[in-house]
Amino acid sequence: MANLKQTNRRNFIKGSAIAGGGLIIGFNWIGCKGDSNVPLKVMKAIPKEWIDFNSFLKIGETGLVTIMSPNPEIGQNIKTSMPMIVAEELDVDWFDVVVEQAGLNTEWYTRQVAGGSQSIRQGWESLRKAGATAKHMLVEAAAKRWGITPEECKTADGIITNPSGETLSYGELAKEASELEVPESPKLKDPKDFKIIGHSKRNVDLKKIISGQPLFGLDTKKEGMVYANVLRPPAFGSTLKDYNDENAKSINGVIDVIRFGDKIGVLAQNTWAAMKGKAALVAQWNEGDKPEDTEYHNDLLSSHIEKKAEKPRREDGDIDKAFKDSDEVFERSYSAPFLPHNCMEPMNCYADVTSDKAYILGPIQTPEWQLSNLSAQLGMDKENINIELTRMGGGFGRRLYGDYVAEAAELSKLSQKPVQLVFTREDDMLAGTYRPASQYKFKAGIKDGKVIGYHLVEACFNGEMFGQMPSNFPCGAIENYRVDCHKLQTNITTGAWRAPYANFLAYAEQAFFDELASHLKIDPVEFRIKLLERAKNDPTGEDLSYDPERLIGVIKLAAEKANWGQNEENNFKGFCAYYSHNTYVAEVGHVSIKNDSPVIEKITCAVDCGIVINPIAALNQIEGGIIDGIGHAMYSDFKFENGASTSNNFHQYRMIKMVEAPQVDVHFVESTIDPTGLGEPTLPPAGGAVANAFAAATGNRIYSQPFVKHFEILG
Amino acid sequence: MPSYQLNINGQIKSVNADADTPILWVLRDELNLVGTKYGCGIAQCGTCTIHLDGNAIRSCSLPISSVESGQKIVTIEGLSENASHPLQEAWVEHDVPQCGYCQSGQIMSAAALLKENKRPSDEDIDEAMHGNICRCGTYLRIKKAIKTAAKNM
Repeated sequence: MANLKQTNRRNFIKGSAIAGGGLIIGFNWIGCKGDSNVPLKVMKAIPKEWIDFNSFLKIGETGLVTIMSPNPEIGQNIKTSMPMIVAEELDVDWFDVVVEQAGLNTEWYTRQVAGGSQSIRQGWESLRKAGATAKHMLVEAAAKRWGITPEECKTADGIITNPSGETLSYGELAKEASELEVPESPKLKDPKDFKIIGHSKRNVDLKKIISGQPLFGLDTKKEGMVYANVLRPPAFGSTLKDYNDENAKSINGVIDVIRFGDKIGVLAQNTWAAMKGKAALVAQWNEGDKPEDTEYHNDLLSSHIEKKAEKPRREDGDIDKAFKDSDEVFERSYSAPFLPHNCMEPMNCYADVTSDKAYILGPIQTPEWQLSNLSAQLGMDKENINIELTRMGGGFGRRLYGDYVAEAAELSKLSQKPVQLVFTREDDMLAGTYRPASQYKFKAGIKDGKVIGYHLVEACFNGEMFGQMPSNFPCGAIENYRVDCHKLQTNITTGAWRAPYANFLAYAEQAFFDELASHLKIDPVEFRIKLLERAKNDPTGEDLSYDPERLIGVIKLAAEKANWGQNEENNFKGFCAYYSHNTYVAEVGHVSIKNDSPVIEKITCAVDCGIVINPIAALNQIEGGIIDGIGHAMYSDFKFENGASTSNNFHQYRMIKMVEAPQVDVHFVESTIDPTGLGEPTLPPAGGAVANAFAAATGNRIYSQPFVKHFEILG
Repeated sequence: MPSYQLNINGQIKSVNADADTPILWVLRDELNLVGTKYGCGIAQCGTCTIHLDGNAIRSCSLPISSVESGQKIVTIEGLSENASHPLQEAWVEHDVPQCGYCQSGQIMSAAALLKENKRPSDEDIDEAMHGNICRCGTYLRIKKAIKTAAKNM
């Protein structure tokens, strides 16, 4: 998918200016700070000159290596793990590596996106090749100097050794190596020889994070910059009728008030003045034609899950006949609300737009898409727009969308000033691109104790969830299988939210299977494995989007590690397995009863993501995905009245806290298969594991999120 | 605009700001100490946690006019020299952050706890950290790092 783009020196110099980075401080201090067993190493000197090998790496004459991290960093740790892959194939000591965040550069990189847990999977080959290409050229340069063949040379830690034991460093060879021909397909390492991949490396931005150095979009300070806060329509569908900015303009520090479309921007000398200025605006709004509310949304969804769509997303066999032939049809429905993203760093963006060029700096998951948007919005050629990326205080899908980038650019253009646009938390929660509310209805036709038909009907706003992956489990496992999706319209803005498609569906589907297994008096793990054996050995239909064997693998591993099937005192277990974003996950929820209430004690988790690049970070993603998944399934609710959300800050929107986070016990399937991502896949099964464990503990099934509402009802 | 003398990280800083300006924005916009983060503005998420005379407080809800002369403010930037506080070292050992945005607030809340309570129990930690939200879900590592730091202090 991704390919390595070679670059010439002229482009590189141009690119360096774009990246604007200069040399950043290395992170190698971690080696001596975090672990007292690591001997103190001295960092190599800052080189006078950097020799570029390709768009991913440059080597200085002192042997220090700079590896570019092309993809946006939102907390998924690719700024560490992607350069690790380059460093592995280059065969350098990780201690001698400096990582730099690349700006948007469509000539050099493909897919500079943070989304879909795809960075590692799609970057794997090109990152390996970037390192291997440079190593090949360095070895060839050494061989030339020594008058021997490259095969006679050995590399390790940035040093090349010949058979007589003489050595040359990458730094010494960089210049001459860079002038050699670039190999088409350099030899890649055998995974068994990996020295960096598979070994824990700490976050390259760690020191900056823990000592409060500027790193995030909101930390941007530039000469002449003004701060902007924007008043937007208070409800979806409403428009600006009129406004009075007299009070706003009288606030100390307010510089200007600018209307653009249905929004009003307040520009000020500091953030507080901008926020106060916005609060002092007096605006009148036209109410939209049909202000929507939650009741309307739920009625629309629930009426649609009762019927088929015009065309199925997938149909194997004949579902109507199967249900007719069944002894009984077991059915359940599940529902979930809209959800805001609530990145801890609210949306923000810096823009400096002049008549002939634009500079954008900010937390952006999709810089290439925003380049197209800005080009159209500003009527400016793409080559005159420069986008650089900051570290992001969370993304979760919200920063895929460029509304805040467009606003910053527009305000800069209109005010002719460099602008730092800042969302308040209220802005962030009210002007969201929410996870759409959705409902599912599952039906299973049962004959002689076996499931012979399976029908899933989805109703969702502004998009399709399962419609994107109708060939996922249990496709292939059941003779007659049908998926219908109803895509309904709302004027509430919606979008991808961490693990889109699966974040609610996994719970719904796996809660259904759990109850179905219980109804059929089959162990739920055995039930899933039997279905998957069918999908593996004798699939109904073709082109399954998952590998049943790998799903069986994580199911068995999680069951074994959780002592599934063994009754343990006050340890009620619930099973859930889900394949999403190319990674296989099974989770067991462990719930106890304390003071008559269920308590989530632990999640046992098995993961098959192929090769694990950076174990310490992989575990972090897995734990975080599970805790985030539990938090949102348990507590998060988001309602609309008259087109406006009823929650606008954390006092009205419950997020999981430390005290509610269970222990997480993680087990990887050992694998040499190419790696897949971990930013999302452990989130979807968490809700199902918990819901099923609650059912085991209390006998009560839950059919809607947030779960906490049901405890109130249950008392 | 009134003028204030603030003791921040051991240095006296002179700031002109409206009386209602939260210390958070004084730190970030006037003094360029951006390690203290904005998260909610209503003391509900903990990202803006600083120390006022050693106590963890939410700087988003502390107007500059309510800080009395002589009161000492410490921010993440002033917690230690070269990130050498046992908590910062423990944060490294456990590779705690994901996105990292909430972490300075988490560290400041934890530092105030350990100052008062050298051997906090799990419950003590849960209670002290209840005002700090992490959407990435790094709570388990935060707790481990606090325990490691307590051991090393």
